[in-house]
Amino acid sequence: MNYQLELKNISKSYGDLKANDDISFGIHPASIHALLGENGAGKSTLVKAIYGSIQPNEGSMQWLGQKYKPNNPFEAREKGVAMVFQHFSLFESLSVAENIALGLDNVDLNEELVQVIIKHSKQYGLDVNPHQTVGDLSVGARQRVEIIRCLMQNPKLLIMDEPTSVLTPNEVADLFIALRKLSEEGCAILYISHKLDEVRQICHRATILRGGKLIQSCNPQEHSKSELAEMMIGKKLTQLARNNVVLGEDIFSINGLSRARSNMFGVDLVDICLSIKKGSIVGIAGVAGNGQDELMEVLIGESHSDVGVLTFNGQNIGDLNAHERRQLSMFFVPEERLGHGAVPEMDLNENMLLSRPQKSEMTSYGIIDRNNVERLTQKVISDFDVQTPSSKMLAKSLSGGNLQKFMVGRELIQQPDLLIIAQPTWGVDAGSANNIHQALITLAEHGSAILVISQDLDEILTLCEQIHVLTEGVLSPPVNMQDDALEEISQLMVGGSND
Amino acid sequence: MIKLQPRSESSAKMVIFAPVLAIVLTAISAMIIFLWAGLDVWNAFYVLFVEPLTGKYNLSELLVKAAPLMMIALGLSIGFRAGVWNIGAEGQYIIGAISGGAVGLYFYDVQGIWLMPLMALAAVLGGMSYAGIAAFLRTKFQVNEILVTLMLTYVAILFLSAMVFGPLRNPNGFNFPESRIFHDSATLPIIWQGTRVHIGLIFALLFAVIAWFMTNKHVFGLQIKISGSAPRAAKFAGFSENQTIWYTLLISGGVAGLAGLFEATGPIGQLVPSLPSGYGFTAIIVAFLARLHPIGIVFSALLIALTYMGGENAQITLQLPNSITSIFQGLLLFYFLACNVLIEYKVAFLFNRAK
Repeated sequence: MNYQLELKNISKSYGDLKANDDISFGIHPASIHALLGENGAGKSTLVKAIYGSIQPNEGSMQWLGQKYKPNNPFEAREKGVAMVFQHFSLFESLSVAENIALGLDNVDLNEELVQVIIKHSKQYGLDVNPHQTVGDLSVGARQRVEIIRCLMQNPKLLIMDEPTSVLTPNEVADLFIALRKLSEEGCAILYISHKLDEVRQICHRATILRGGKLIQSCNPQEHSKSELAEMMIGKKLTQLARNNVVLGEDIFSINGLSRARSNMFGVDLVDICLSIKKGSIVGIAGVAGNGQDELMEVLIGESHSDVGVLTFNGQNIGDLNAHERRQLSMFFVPEERLGHGAVPEMDLNENMLLSRPQKSEMTSYGIIDRNNVERLTQKVISDFDVQTPSSKMLAKSLSGGNLQKFMVGRELIQQPDLLIIAQPTWGVDAGSANNIHQALITLAEHGSAILVISQDLDEILTLCEQIHVLTEGVLSPPVNMQDDALEEISQLMVGGSND
Repeated sequence: MIKLQPRSESSAKMVIFAPVLAIVLTAISAMIIFLWAGLDVWNAFYVLFVEPLTGKYNLSELLVKAAPLMMIALGLSIGFRAGVWNIGAEGQYIIGAISGGAVGLYFYDVQGIWLMPLMALAAVLGGMSYAGIAAFLRTKFQVNEILVTLMLTYVAILFLSAMVFGPLRNPNGFNFPESRIFHDSATLPIIWQGTRVHIGLIFALLFAVIAWFMTNKHVFGLQIKISGSAPRAAKFAGFSENQTIWYTLLISGGVAGLAGLFEATGPIGQLVPSLPSGYGFTAIIVAFLARLHPIGIVFSALLIALTYMGGENAQITLQLPNSITSIFQGLLLFYFLACNVLIEYKVAFLFNRAK
């Protein structure tokens, strides 16, 4: 039987770095095939070769037994390869339908297209509104737009790059239904992920890469989660545990924060109350687009709030900007990496300067001390294992996971008294996610307070001892952490999305 | 097939080579224009590009023209980096000349070393407040600063006429629309005896160094860079967008105002309706030719000043119209922007391979 796509001895080098080293495997038609590996394992390079963005130095590919050698993504798409990228390629100022029309070859923007979008949306349970502006969509909704755009091309092979890292359990379940349906209809899916539970749940085959080499191709259901993790990482994962939780007094509180939406697709924040004690990790769970962005904006200080709404160590901080809040030892990791937490066109040293307290060794009287900046950047790079040739690399040239490690490291290195962090491990591989979680736990053990806003329920349950759920701009009281906590959280999350 | 492919990092060689290539292409286009106009090509070249560099008079006049271009372009470049588009430096230049000049005329025939600094202060404040109108409207009502600054330029030109026809007119000037000629204490010191090269050149060079320091060594440079390329990240860093708009407009306005005063109290010596000579607009070209780099602006200002001188020479010697200057400036900017593509992209020649 022919493979839908077969790779034979694919190698690709960048200078001395062998990103792919003699990789061979095949993807059966109508199968869901996982590509597992850590950041830098060579998954992206391999996928780019399949999608025609790059050409391998050695090796060949076959498409249903025929020679397949795409010179560019256009040729790959013509064959029937479609891809959902981890960094979305959507124009924020355009509507969903306009984005879909732009991204496709030979499609006009008309009512017919809108109907097709709605049809696909219904057929696969991917909820989108074709007329909405992409800039106002949550990350999860943007991904659905990307998927629908791919489906419009009737692909024979759909490549998905870490699709679930931004989704809630319910959204993941919906996605899996859609993917299974697709595969039953004859579309092969190459599923890139490091979430082993998911891979074991949905994938028929798994190919594991490490350091550019193929470790094994196997049936993931025949291996335990820890066996797969070991193959992927090359060593055992340390178990995370929060043993000695010592809570101090209140350090930060939100008292009745309400805020009207700033645009028609935003979310109103309604009477949000929350308080955090020293040494505690508080989690805000919830589906993306339920007010997380709006809340984060207020917390960072990008928009001001009334007197008494935000207090830090008893002091009103509502009218301080981000810079002034950092001086009080509050630090932030926003969800968007490029363009918010980091400037794509600037190097890591300059990005280091984005998050600095008013009085910092990085500047004196506003004059930048390049040596100190460089030293701190190097420390972040080495402490948090950021894979980059130097601190002079532009932020946009780092992979998503590496940039996330840099951004988290940049804030942690300041030893914040309060860290507010959104999606701490989005797009980060298992080993690094483990490190980030461990670093957060260590920070809390030193008496700092942490607020985690995440869609990843596992993450929240692992880290936090106090959990709230944000739905439609309303924050629930802390969830009672009894046996049925998960049940309660799920219900709270769904409560808002079923309007 | 010829194709542009993005480079993985910007080419350092091309940063130098692109302006050179643009100048060569401008020269080639100039040659075609001369041939078409039936001129002696080499003679025209000599008159336009070489003669302005020979002799004390020509060289000094080159510097006289380069100084205000440098100053205005330096101010503008800061705003342009931050994505704040002050297109109306010409207006701020005029208002600066009027406000500083009015102080000089008020103290007519009063001698004192304090007068010139006072006039300079008035000029800077005048230019700042004029640019401040745009900043106010932009930060309060989201009015586009491009439109406001551009429109206000025409208001300023008419205001200058009103002034020299009215309150500031020379009482003994036979009703000519001119102010009195500035007296000694209100005239800019000359730094090259026997020419019109004035102290403004030193200020311009000083500003270049300050601007370089601020953009490369100071957090302010970071602020304007981030505001221009990633507004959300600027907020994340705690930089206020409104503050950036105010700062950049006030700086560019103040510097343009000072340049205006220098022109009025230096080479011209009085307030005349012909004061606005387009320096404020040409400075935009100067800033972009230098890719907004402060030290680069020093050189691009000299280059553009050369086209001014060449254009004047061509009028006299070759009987070419004055528009020749604008044509060369336009060509230069056009080619320069085109060549700049080579910094981020490389040209690849793809040969059709059998499919």
